[in-house]
Amino acid sequence: MSADNESRAERIRRLLDTEGPTVKQNAQGFNEGRYAAMADVDGEKLRSEARRIKEDAIERLPELIETARESVEENGGSVYLADDAADANDYLAEVCADADSVVKSKSMTTEELDVNEGLEAAGVDVTETDLGEFVLQVADEAPSHLIAPGFHKSTDEIAELFNARFDPAEPLETPEQLTTFARDHLGDRIRSADVGMTGANFVLAESGTLALVTNEGNARKCAVTPDTHVAVAGVEKLIPSVDELGPMVELLARSATGQEISQYLSLLTPPTDSPTIDFDSTEPIGGGAEDREFHLVLVDNGRFEMRDDEGLRETLYCVRCGACSNSCANFQHVGGHAFGGETYTGGIATGWEAGVEGTDSAAEFNDLCTGCSRCVNACPVKIDIPWINTVVRDRINRGAEPDAVDSLVDGLVPDDEEPGMDLGKRAFGNVGTLAKLGSATAPVSNWLADSAPVRGLLERGLGVDARRGLPEFQRETLQKWDRKRDAAVREPHDDRAVVLFPDVFTNYVDPERGKAAVRVLEALGVPVRVAGVVGSGRAPFSQGMIATAREQAEAVDDALSPHLDAGRDAVFVEPSDLAMVRSEYEKLLPANRAETLAGGSYEVLEYVYGLLENGVDPEPLPRGDGERLTYHAHCQQRTLGLDAHTEAVLGRLGYDVATTEAECCGMAGSFGYKADYYDLSVAVGESLADEVRESDGPEDRRVVASGTSCEEQLTDLLDRSATHPIELLDPER
Amino acid sequence: MSQPPVSTFTDALDGLGVGWRNTTTADFPAALADAIEAPAVGTALPFEGVSLDGADVTVPPTPAELREATTGVTPVFGGIAQYGSVVVESRPEGDELVALYPERHVAVLRESDLVGGVDDAIEDRRARIAAGRDSAVLATGVSATADMGATVEGVHGPREVHVIVLRDR
Ligand code: SF4
Repeated sequence: MSADNESRAERIRRLLDTEGPTVKQNAQGFNEGRYAAMADVDGEKLRSEARRIKEDAIERLPELIETARESVEENGGSVYLADDAADANDYLAEVCADADSVVKSKSMTTEELDVNEGLEAAGVDVTETDLGEFVLQVADEAPSHLIAPGFHKSTDEIAELFNARFDPAEPLETPEQLTTFARDHLGDRIRSADVGMTGANFVLAESGTLALVTNEGNARKCAVTPDTHVAVAGVEKLIPSVDELGPMVELLARSATGQEISQYLSLLTPPTDSPTIDFDSTEPIGGGAEDREFHLVLVDNGRFEMRDDEGLRETLYCVRCGACSNSCANFQHVGGHAFGGETYTGGIATGWEAGVEGTDSAAEFNDLCTGCSRCVNACPVKIDIPWINTVVRDRINRGAEPDAVDSLVDGLVPDDEEPGMDLGKRAFGNVGTLAKLGSATAPVSNWLADSAPVRGLLERGLGVDARRGLPEFQRETLQKWDRKRDAAVREPHDDRAVVLFPDVFTNYVDPERGKAAVRVLEALGVPVRVAGVVGSGRAPFSQGMIATAREQAEAVDDALSPHLDAGRDAVFVEPSDLAMVRSEYEKLLPANRAETLAGGSYEVLEYVYGLLENGVDPEPLPRGDGERLTYHAHCQQRTLGLDAHTEAVLGRLGYDVATTEAECCGMAGSFGYKADYYDLSVAVGESLADEVRESDGPEDRRVVASGTSCEEQLTDLLDRSATHPIELLDPER
Repeated sequence: MSQPPVSTFTDALDGLGVGWRNTTTADFPAALADAIEAPAVGTALPFEGVSLDGADVTVPPTPAELREATTGVTPVFGGIAQYGSVVVESRPEGDELVALYPERHVAVLRESDLVGGVDDAIEDRRARIAAGRDSAVLATGVSATADMGATVEGVHGPREVHVIVLRDR
């Protein structure tokens, strides 16, 4: 439905206008439901258990397939292991050779395989019975979400579609009328179908039992009404037995729709004992169970290769709840169709598409992951989804030959990346080098950068949107300032000392935040020095430049280790740099180094909170005196659970603090600067800005944000500047 | 597995908007008569002291009777107190069909079959799977969809569910 010559920016703009509003309502609704439902259980424990179960199952996959084969055959069914889509479709065509019609319940795996097309080509009539899938089948559209495939469609759009297609006596209008119509229409199809096809949320190898999680009841009907039941499932759906099912059941509906449990959890061990039913017969029901046929089609289609691929293996743990999409600020605003992908879209889809279709299919939308990390805590099996996106991005950067190294060219560029990678990404990834240059030549660099010809060049050459203000580089960096100053600890507080980490932005663009941090800590009795390294590698990491990020991580390790060894604590002003050290370095550095660095690093307000909790007197810090402010915590900071510390400190100092709910500000480092994504970034930011405006009341609240990106975005969208919380605490304020 | 109080279960049913009635084997005929909306079909109850005989319920129904029934009465073999779920087994008598096709499902549950939470229910399932009663649906509330732009109850499955709890079984 998207015109081929439509540019990426145009497509996003169109989707923001068309599908955006419905998607936003639905995705945010699911997301809020998930928070509420997870609050009732020990989520951490359940997620760890679920993770362990899936890790173990994928490890033992070949064995589980054999066990499932034996048990299903013993029950009287058959198992087919399909290598790829063509193989699966050939087999299904054979099974359905005598069938005129097939009714299906929702299965993304059959979408992946294009089963409907395959069967229709073989002359079989296929009907989707899940209402969302049915709408898409009528509309001839692709799913836009893992569990709610049609959730980009509003009631009015569905009504228009049904009225045009089916021409009912009375035009359909309300959700109730549409549902009744669809139920009756589909009911006829189900009663007369020859084959019922379902997916499976889990396959219990030991007993050959399928677990099907649904709300509408159509999977139950498809499985029990026709004599023949075919279940199609990716091999990753296997778990050993019913013993492993508990945590999955507790988590799946909560994560997906915010329900405690789905309406129907079918645990069928087909062929089942239910009597067969023929709606043309006049005999009472009973008997015939021996005529039931069951075929389980287990699908490889790239999954065994994913299992052997360190970067993609985790994807196989996915239970397809959709929480990663629902928690994604970009997804909330444009929906799955903006993300593209052959079948899967949004969140974990990068992993699925890369594994099942290939890197190219994933490349299409990989950029829409900003690495905000809000999906990480949402995932019931603890998949590091942003990392999968980063790995795939790195592979895209490196082109078709991931191991190719052109040592000559490599020596000439300032990073460890391959020649030929996207110039804009490369510039954003090397922002540290550029900032250093910009700062050294400020203010000339700022005048130049702001000039029309340079902005034009930046937009055309590097994709930097001309509507964004550029950071203004400061001649005196934080490091320079630190070297010139006299340390000023009034009353040393026992044993603590700090090395402050200068991130790129704080060092070159906004040294005032860094100076405030130094003054606050020293006022609280903690001597501070500024580290001799700039930037954690976040910038190259977020562009998928893993080798460059690793090199920077090593430099940070070299620079910080002597301080940590000397008993100093590393303190970070910028949450995304702290998150880099705490969450990402484990993938870039040897485990013991990463652990030491993570263990010794703190966010600056987290650190202040710790000092105050340990009895340090906040007397030297200025008070809020009830000043009203709205605080937006940085996305990665929230993932680390560090938003509460800032709120607590501000509250303790006498501020009246309102907080925001938005998952991300939409700026996300370089994302909001990119011309292709400017409109999306602003749309996401506007949702946040609306929250701020709503909390304002008659008088504006002061806006406080922990992240550089969030500060910039909020300053751009609201007519007032946002401040880092540490600046409120500055004794020199 | 300790037996949860029946009130936990009925509270959960209230939360789901599912009707219920506590009764005894002696009072079952009256409770059943109140629960069904004609025409009704059913599957035989294997619980001692109760039966559908004499009630206005067709057992077993023809496919046409099943289609036209307003109410389907089946035994259920377990209930999850925490969530208000009932366990519909795929018995040869046709429980799965009778619980699914009519608009209203009346589930007859022995109080002694109640369990606390999902883990207990799964534990129970495991024992039944081993015993060959290996297919069942844990049904919680009524069939529903949000696919038409708002939550609508009564899609492919029942629009109403009513549970009769046998306190003395
Ligand atoms: S990756 Fe995790 S959150 Fe996303 S769909 Fe899979 S299980 Fe759900």
